[in-house]
Amino acid sequence: MKRSSTQVRSRRPSAGTSRARKASNPNHKSAFPGPDDITRTVLSNGITVLARANFNSPSVIIGGYLQCGGLFDPDEKLGLADFTAVALMRGTARRNTQQIFDALESVGANLSLSAGVHTAGFTGRSLSEDLPLLLGILAETLRRPTFPLEQVEKLRAQLLTGLAIRAQDTADMASLTFDQIIYAKHPYARPEDGWPETIRAISRDDLEAYHRRFYGPRGMILAVAGAVEPRAAVAQVEKALGDWQNAFQPEPPPLPPITPLKASVTRKVKIPGKSQSDIVIGSVGPTRKDVEFMAASLGNSVLGQFGLAGRIGDVVREKSGLAYYAYSSLNAGIGPGSWEVSAGVNPGNVAKATDLIRKEIGRFIKKGVSAEELADSQSNFIGRLPLSLESNAGVVNALLNIERFDLGLDYYRRYADLVRAVSPQEVLATARKFLNPDRLAVAVAGPA
Amino acid sequence: MTSPFSQHTLSNGLKILLKEIHTAPIISAWIWYRVGSKDEPTGHTGLSHWVEHMQFKGTPQFPASVLDKAISRDGGMWNAFTYLDWTTYFETMPADKIDMALRLEADRMVNSLFDPKETASERTVVISEREGNENEPLFQLGEAIQQAAFRVHPYHHEIIGDLADLRSMSREDLYGHYQTHYRPNNAVMSVAGDFESRAMFRRIRDLFEALPAGPTPPRLDRPEPPASGEHRLTIEGPGETTYVQICYHAPAGNEPDFFPMTVLDSLLAGPSSLNMFGGGGISNKTSRLYRSLVEKELAVAVNGNLSVTADPFLYTLTLTVHPKHKAEEVLAACDDEIRRIQDKPAGIKEIARAIKQARALFAYGSENITNQAFWLGHAEMFAGYDWFLTYLDKLAAVTPAALQKAAQTYLRPQNRVVGTYLPRGNGGSA
Repeated sequence: MKRSSTQVRSRRPSAGTSRARKASNPNHKSAFPGPDDITRTVLSNGITVLARANFNSPSVIIGGYLQCGGLFDPDEKLGLADFTAVALMRGTARRNTQQIFDALESVGANLSLSAGVHTAGFTGRSLSEDLPLLLGILAETLRRPTFPLEQVEKLRAQLLTGLAIRAQDTADMASLTFDQIIYAKHPYARPEDGWPETIRAISRDDLEAYHRRFYGPRGMILAVAGAVEPRAAVAQVEKALGDWQNAFQPEPPPLPPITPLKASVTRKVKIPGKSQSDIVIGSVGPTRKDVEFMAASLGNSVLGQFGLAGRIGDVVREKSGLAYYAYSSLNAGIGPGSWEVSAGVNPGNVAKATDLIRKEIGRFIKKGVSAEELADSQSNFIGRLPLSLESNAGVVNALLNIERFDLGLDYYRRYADLVRAVSPQEVLATARKFLNPDRLAVAVAGPA
Repeated sequence: MTSPFSQHTLSNGLKILLKEIHTAPIISAWIWYRVGSKDEPTGHTGLSHWVEHMQFKGTPQFPASVLDKAISRDGGMWNAFTYLDWTTYFETMPADKIDMALRLEADRMVNSLFDPKETASERTVVISEREGNENEPLFQLGEAIQQAAFRVHPYHHEIIGDLADLRSMSREDLYGHYQTHYRPNNAVMSVAGDFESRAMFRRIRDLFEALPAGPTPPRLDRPEPPASGEHRLTIEGPGETTYVQICYHAPAGNEPDFFPMTVLDSLLAGPSSLNMFGGGGISNKTSRLYRSLVEKELAVAVNGNLSVTADPFLYTLTLTVHPKHKAEEVLAACDDEIRRIQDKPAGIKEIARAIKQARALFAYGSENITNQAFWLGHAEMFAGYDWFLTYLDKLAAVTPAALQKAAQTYLRPQNRVVGTYLPRGNGGSA
């Protein structure tokens, strides 16, 4: 990937305040994905394939995941799932690293793999004529990786450099420390890319063993969007992966409960020599499947998303001039996610900004949101849907969301009604359930 | 029946570029001003970017608190960017809501308030933005290199500006900059998406034609004299990771040599994506420098970047040094690879492969209406829309000889600045 040396400077921060785009214009020819234009097929070995055609541009995107995330990692080898996922592309029974990437890059295609807590994910894109090649390489890397020792060591050095850079990143370290507070003694407290000592402890044989045991078709999801007929896409996936089997694939371990904080906890990470400190403040939030998810999501929009960055942006940035970025986010997934406020401020302003954010959270759970504020965010959620579904990448995301969280193939057609159904009372009850100004986790990373 | 692309110029000098795309019910509208960080003399660095921030602080018709809410309520995405050569503002909206964006842009071209209180509060926001940038080793290195590479040309300072100037500039400096440069005759409007061109043109004309033209804003004309030798510099800072940036003076976007340089970059460091929105690039593991630096474990990553600018700027190679090696060793290996491409022409097949990659990346970018509208206007800032339309053809016309000549002309040590970020060691501990 390219990184520009002289970047453009922008009024709106690129991270945080802009996330999924979501909207509705029922009269337009390109409707949202729904049961009549999504093809969903489960192959005999358990792989679920979702496909939707879009012939506006001659390209195609694939995305998906397998049930082999960092939950299986032993503490002393934390990062094993991610190391394995990234190492899959470094050699197969048919091709070495250079041959794999030569095949992809020669046609302008891209494929990458990485692991999160629950799953290992992949994403790829190519011109539609090259979809069989893309799927062929995906299948090869998933089924017959060889983990060449030399490549494993090269990759280890790259991962360790990544961790050294992470240790210097105030935003990453504040976020990691925040997770350690709210998820104490829970697997979510562990960073899925591990620690330098755990990455050093992983052997080549560990990668091979991890792959042999955990990689398999059961629970695998693959979505395709772009210039290919859905039936042809399914047939191509079937050809590449339809005869894959792994009789030993274990069930993922159950998630232990989370112990809520009994009082606020503050933890600071010192990173000398930096000009700015990052703050993360918040609590454990809902899961994606919780009935409160939509109310929490709309409440979060009012709190720290809508407009420039909701009430948080208004207080911390617009009124006080304390930060270039200050916003809230709701990260809901398979298990309980986080509901957090993030800001980057001058090290001398940490206490002041933290105080403002606490007060704003206090106001939020005391009075909730006004009918007008809620209506604004509802209108925003509904209005932005066409933008989020404009590109093939957006459609693949939508298809994976539908599958991962059992939303139903008609979810994006029902979406506007689901958004409108939320009342200010529900937002207030949800805010009170998840946020308590006396039981907040506060993580700060910076020079002092 | 209208053609998909059309252009017009209003009587006040505003240039309008329209492109119909009916793939989704979306319209993206951009207004471009020919003013950027290169228009800032010493003492006023960061002025253009700060003005850009102030453009969100309201007019009598659209007060600050109203703007963001109005766009967000309609599900729009909006932002602004300041670059070396230009400043631009965009809104991507559901097609039936675009009128609000057009009215807003017409209004804030002339009516922004620059309220003194808002100016004061935004000063610390921009300083905070700069402090966040300073946390990044590559920002610090890039800033030092730019300053070393451009002694005369105003490309010599970072877009965000120097702290001293951010502290000292006044509301009057900001407002004066706005009044001088924000004029219809200094602007280009580019709109792409789901509209009918004649109706869109009429609406833009109705909203913008009454805005008064101004004197053509002066631009600093201070070309950089040819470099007479290599510059080397070192920055020290926290961390454990060493970075090397090798920056060669490079042709501007509208020069014929820009295209052989693009192919050269692709061969050396992997293809660049033209996609600013919604379409990433691809990996670069089969590029020459990846194979000779990363595969050989001298570096853990290599990136190339050829900036598209109106005046000659830089071609930058960024090397993340392997923990077992020193900056000098990576630089020497990189130089060997550059000498190889200068001494022996690249094969036709290798060039053809770069063209196929560029075609794929171009196709990915065309999925996104915001990206289409961006290029419609951006190309106008340094060449013209034809630049974008003929981009792939011009790449395809690059010969092995032209490529070799570009390597010999631009990738000389005498034409570069080499910067090293040396980590002082250790970092944070819990």
